[in-house]
Amino acid sequence: MTPILETRDLTHTYGVGTPFESDAIQQVNLTFARGEFVGIIGHTGSGKSTLIQHLNGLLKPTSGDVLLDGRSIWSDKKFTRETRFRVGLVFQYPEYQLFEETVYQDIAFGPKNMGLTKDEIDRRVREAAGFVGIPEENLQKSPFELSGGQKRRVAIAGVIAMEPDVLILDEPTAGLDPVGREGILSNIRAYQAAKNATVIMVSHSMEEIASNVSRLIVMNHGKVAMTGAPREVFARAKELISMGLDIPQITQVFLRLRDMGVGVDTSVYTVEQALESLKKLRGGKLHA
Amino acid sequence: MLKDITLGQFFPGNTIVHRLDPRTKLILVIVYIVALFSAEGVVTYALVFAALAAVVALSKIKLKVILKSMKPLLFIILLTGLLNLFYTQGTPLLSFWIFTITREGIFNALFMVLRIAMLLAGTFMLTYTTSPISLTDGLEKLLNPLKKIKVPVHELSMMMCIALRFIPTLIEETDKIINAQKARGADFETGSIIRRAKALIPILVPLFISSFRRADELAVAMECRCYHGGEGRTRLKELHYQPRDYLALTEGLVLAVAVIVLAQFGL
Repeated sequence: MTPILETRDLTHTYGVGTPFESDAIQQVNLTFARGEFVGIIGHTGSGKSTLIQHLNGLLKPTSGDVLLDGRSIWSDKKFTRETRFRVGLVFQYPEYQLFEETVYQDIAFGPKNMGLTKDEIDRRVREAAGFVGIPEENLQKSPFELSGGQKRRVAIAGVIAMEPDVLILDEPTAGLDPVGREGILSNIRAYQAAKNATVIMVSHSMEEIASNVSRLIVMNHGKVAMTGAPREVFARAKELISMGLDIPQITQVFLRLRDMGVGVDTSVYTVEQALESLKKLRGGKLHA
Repeated sequence: MLKDITLGQFFPGNTIVHRLDPRTKLILVIVYIVALFSAEGVVTYALVFAALAAVVALSKIKLKVILKSMKPLLFIILLTGLLNLFYTQGTPLLSFWIFTITREGIFNALFMVLRIAMLLAGTFMLTYTTSPISLTDGLEKLLNPLKKIKVPVHELSMMMCIALRFIPTLIEETDKIINAQKARGADFETGSIIRRAKALIPILVPLFISSFRRADELAVAMECRCYHGGEGRTRLKELHYQPRDYLALTEGLVLAVAVIVLAQFGL
């Protein structure tokens, strides 16, 4: 099966010809399968943002290519535009991009640009609002009356309403409280499940990554440093730390336990796994 | 796209041009403009050009950067050139349809284009080699005498400093918003003028809102650090003229005087 999205030797250089010339990403080769939930982690300036802006054709690669359904997104202008709709990108702090008079109109902006019929736009706006949990009565309010978390939901709905095959989110939960964080993440999971969409999420929170993604990409200095299941990646804790990254707290605890001489499995990365692992250690009975 | 704008940008460095007192550089730019606009003929233009070339060489700013920053203004430069080419009276050289090209026209056009390009390059050299903060510091000091006639010099320079400081931030922000709306399929490149103007609304509304938010946050942050205007405010870096400043000023003045005198003879 052809992957839905693929990058080939993707390289991007900023500020060509100025004293600030620098390679943001170099030779990035990645594939994304349909229905996957992929996490991207990396230190600030590791090239994550540059990478995701290539995936929907906002940035043109200096060299290399991006393929959607096996076809180069730069092969012709129409396809580049189509890519924008099929690969939905939610930027960091998307609530600062709201501009319409009502929540409804703001969510409808994307579908309108797609040239859909009025009925189809209406269906998509209501469905998208449903996915992110915006109550019906809020649709006619001004987006600027809403709270920060609600605004973020409206902005995410604005992208979801285009029903993209690939949904990319740059730190969707930054600056939210724990309840808001989990709410948004479950919204994203709901969309993924309903549409069998591919989700790519950039995050700084290892806990968030650990409990959501099925595959993890680690970026460092503009290159892909590691890729694999969270268990494999988090098992290389020392390397992650040397890249200035965190590991999930529970993994830290287990690494420390091992240092103290307890024979635990240090590849755990969620509390549930940790519990299982501890049970095994005590012969199936935790509260002995 | 917007990031490519280098207008008003500062390129850090440690050359003699960078180290000059900002007041010196401000005065020199004015002297340079006076000289440039007094220039009449090949000799005087060559003199001013040589001075500019020397400064560019000393500052180690790449020629490519300067040429690139003139690009947005290329249209105006060319238009001025063309207008001068066709609308100058004198000895006709060539004529077709309603256009007549004269000898004087060619000279005028050439000089005009040179003059604008050199004006831009000269002023770019000021902002490229002077950090916004030292630039406003210099301006405030230079305008200090105006305080006596109740001109709010400190407030003006603080406003200018903040404005300059936020240019890159605003450009970055605009870039981000444009990208976010593009990601939702906004189209800024095609359609009639009215359609394109309408397409700007999704950029301008968020930009205005965030500017107000930023202004508000900045005001609060400044008050939290007890900012209350210029009275009694001391500075981290006091400005002092160095020998090199006197040298540079003298050179600038000599250049201007030479150009003005030579121009009297039509050179």
